[in-house]
Amino acid sequence: MSNTVELPRWIDVGALPLLNLLLALLVSALVVLAIGENPIKVVEILLYGAFGYDEAWGYTLYYTTNFIFTGLSFAVAFHCGLFNIGAEGQAYIGGLGVTLAALYLDFLPFPLMLVVGIMAAAIFGAAWAYIPAYLQARRGSHIVITTIMFNFIASSLMVYLLVNVLRPQGSMTPESERISENLTLPFIHDMAASFGIDMASSPLNLSFVYAIAASVLVWLFIWHTRWGYAIRTVGANAVAATYAGIDPGRYIIIAMMISGALASFMALNEVMGVQHRLLIDFTAGYGFVGIAVALMGRNHPFGIFLAALLFGMLYQGGAELSFEIPTISNDMVVVIQGLVILFTGAMEHMFRPRVTKMYTAWRLRRDRMEAA
Amino acid sequence: METFELIILLLDATLRTSTPLILAALAGMFSERSGTINLALEGMMLGGAFAAATVAFYAGNPWVGLLAAIAATIALSLLHGFACITHKGNQVVSGMAINILMSGFTALVGIALFAQGGKTPALDKASRFQPITLPGAEAVKDVPILGPLYFELISGHNILVYIAFLAVPAAWWVMYRTRFGLRLRAVGENPGAVDTAGISVVLMRYRAVVCSGVLVGMSGAYLSTAQGASFLHDMTAGKGYIALAAMVFGKWRPFPALFACLLFGFLDAAATRLQGVVLPGIGEVPVQLVQALPYVLTVILLAGFIGRATPPKALGRAYVKER
Repeated sequence: MSNTVELPRWIDVGALPLLNLLLALLVSALVVLAIGENPIKVVEILLYGAFGYDEAWGYTLYYTTNFIFTGLSFAVAFHCGLFNIGAEGQAYIGGLGVTLAALYLDFLPFPLMLVVGIMAAAIFGAAWAYIPAYLQARRGSHIVITTIMFNFIASSLMVYLLVNVLRPQGSMTPESERISENLTLPFIHDMAASFGIDMASSPLNLSFVYAIAASVLVWLFIWHTRWGYAIRTVGANAVAATYAGIDPGRYIIIAMMISGALASFMALNEVMGVQHRLLIDFTAGYGFVGIAVALMGRNHPFGIFLAALLFGMLYQGGAELSFEIPTISNDMVVVIQGLVILFTGAMEHMFRPRVTKMYTAWRLRRDRMEAA
Repeated sequence: METFELIILLLDATLRTSTPLILAALAGMFSERSGTINLALEGMMLGGAFAAATVAFYAGNPWVGLLAAIAATIALSLLHGFACITHKGNQVVSGMAINILMSGFTALVGIALFAQGGKTPALDKASRFQPITLPGAEAVKDVPILGPLYFELISGHNILVYIAFLAVPAAWWVMYRTRFGLRLRAVGENPGAVDTAGISVVLMRYRAVVCSGVLVGMSGAYLSTAQGASFLHDMTAGKGYIALAAMVFGKWRPFPALFACLLFGFLDAAATRLQGVVLPGIGEVPVQLVQALPYVLTVILLAGFIGRATPPKALGRAYVKER
C-alpha cells in the first residue's frame, strides 16, 4: 500500500460516488431495455415529470423534504458508527406524537403549535430510538437487528392504535381524525401568494424550510460542537474514545436519539403538512431510502441535500412514468433505488483500488516530467 | 374432543407457517456462521418466490420452478458475496439494497410479463406442490388420538414441508460433523487462523452464501408454488426478517432456530385464529400484540434477558489479508 498516494478530495467525494451512481443508472437502463422500452425516452419522461412544469417542482421538493430528514437521521447515527435501520419506525412513532399534540393541544395558537409539533415529533421519535440505543450501549445488543425489530413493533403498535384508539367513531378506515385547520403547516404556494408571487399548487409546505434549517443545524452539530466531536470520535474508534475520556455508550445514546428525532420530522411534512391526519403506513419506505440518501451524500448535509433531490426527482418523475408508459410501473423507481444503494453503498469500494492505481501512475509520471 | 381437534388444526397450521421460516433461518445461519451478515433473506425469498411462480407457470411443473427459484437466489447470494466478500462492502447495506431491489424488480418484471398488477397468473394443480398422504394415513385415520395426529398433523403436507424439517438435522450434521462445516464455522470466528491453515477465506465464504441461497430459494418457492398458487407483490411481508429474528433467537444454531421458527410460526397461526375472538377473563385479544411478539421476544433475548445470544466473532467484517 505504500507505493500509492492518497486520492485528492474531489475524486474521493466527487468522482467516485458519481462513477458508482452512473453504473447504477446504467444497469437501470439495461433493465428498461430488457423490458423492451427505450431508456432515453424514460429519462426524458422522468426529467419532465420531475422538473418540466411548475407543479412538478413542488412535488419533487415535497418528496425531497422527507428524504432530507431520513438521510440526516441515518447520517448522524452513522457518524457514531451505528447503523440505524429504524428510521421507518421512528418516523412512524414521531407521527403519533405530532398527531396526539395536534388533536389534544389544539387550543394553542399556530406559531406555538408549530414548536409543540416539532417537540412532540422529536420526543416520540427519540424515545423510540432510545430503547435500541440503550440496549446497544449498555447491553451490547446489535443495533441493526434491534432497530429492524423495532420497525415491526412500531408497525403493529400503530395498527393497533389506529384501529382501536385513534379511529373516530363510526369511521371504517383506520386513520386518525383530521387535525384542525389552523394547525396545519402552510403550503409554500399559499405563502408565495401572500407575497404576490403566483405558484402552482403542490404539497410543498413549510417543513421544507425546516429541513434546510435542520441540515445546517446537523452540520454545525457534527463538525462544530463538543458532542459532535465526541460522536465522531466514538464512530472512528470507540476504544480510542474511551482512552480520551469519552464514554462511548453515552454518545451512542445521544446520537441515536438525535437520529430518531430527525427521522420523526418526516412526520411534520406528512401529518401536519400534507395529509393533515395520521394515515396507516404513511412512512412508505422513506426511512429505508434515507440510507441510500445518506450513503450517496457521504453523510454530509450538503451531499444529503443533493442526494435527496435526486431521489425526490425519481419519486416524482416515476409517478409521471407510470402514466406515460404502462409497461413500466412505479416500481422502476424502487429498482433504481435498490441499484443506487447497491452500487453507491455496498460496492463503493469497487473502483477505488483501480482509480487509486491509475491516479498514482498519473502522479508519478507527472512528477517525473516535472523533474526532467 | 373439539379442543383436541382445534389444537391439531392449530399445530397443523403452525407447520405450514413455520416451513418458510425454517428454510430461511437455516439459510441465514449458513451465511452468518461464515461471517457474512445476511439481511437480504427477505429480498432473496421474494426473488425466489417470483422465479418459482413464473417458471412453474410456463413449465407447468413445480420442480422446474423450484430449480429456477434456487438459481435466482444463488445468483442473488453471489451478488451479495461479490459486494461483501470480494469488494468488502458493507454487509448491512448490501442486504438492504437487495431487499429494496427485489421488491421493485419482482413487481416490475411481473407487470411487464403478465400485466396483472405485479401478480403472476394462478397456477393449476399440476404446477404446484401437492399435499402428500403418507403411507397408512388413511388406514389409521379413525384410531382415536393417534389417528388424527398422524393423518392431520404429520401426513398431508407438501414435499417442501418435509424437506424443511429434514433440512434441520442435515444442516446440523453439515455444520458440526463435516470438515466443510468446521471450516465454515472457523471463517466466521477466526478467519485469520483459517487463512494460516492454507484455506481460502474468500472461497469458504462464497460457498457458505451459496448454501444460503439454495435454502432461501426453497423457502421462496414454498410461498408461491406450495402454500400459495401465485406470486403476489411483496408476498413475503416481513417473513425474511422474522426468519432472521428466529435465527438470532436460536443463537445461530440449527435446532434452537427450528424451535424459534416453530414458536414464531405458532404465534402467526394463532394470531390468524384469534382475530376478534374474546377469551374468557382476558377480553378481546389484540392480534397486533401477538403479531409483534416474535420481534419483542427477539429484542428481549438480544438484551440478554433470556440467555445470551453471541454472534459469530467475525460477523460483519470482511477479511483483509495482511500485506
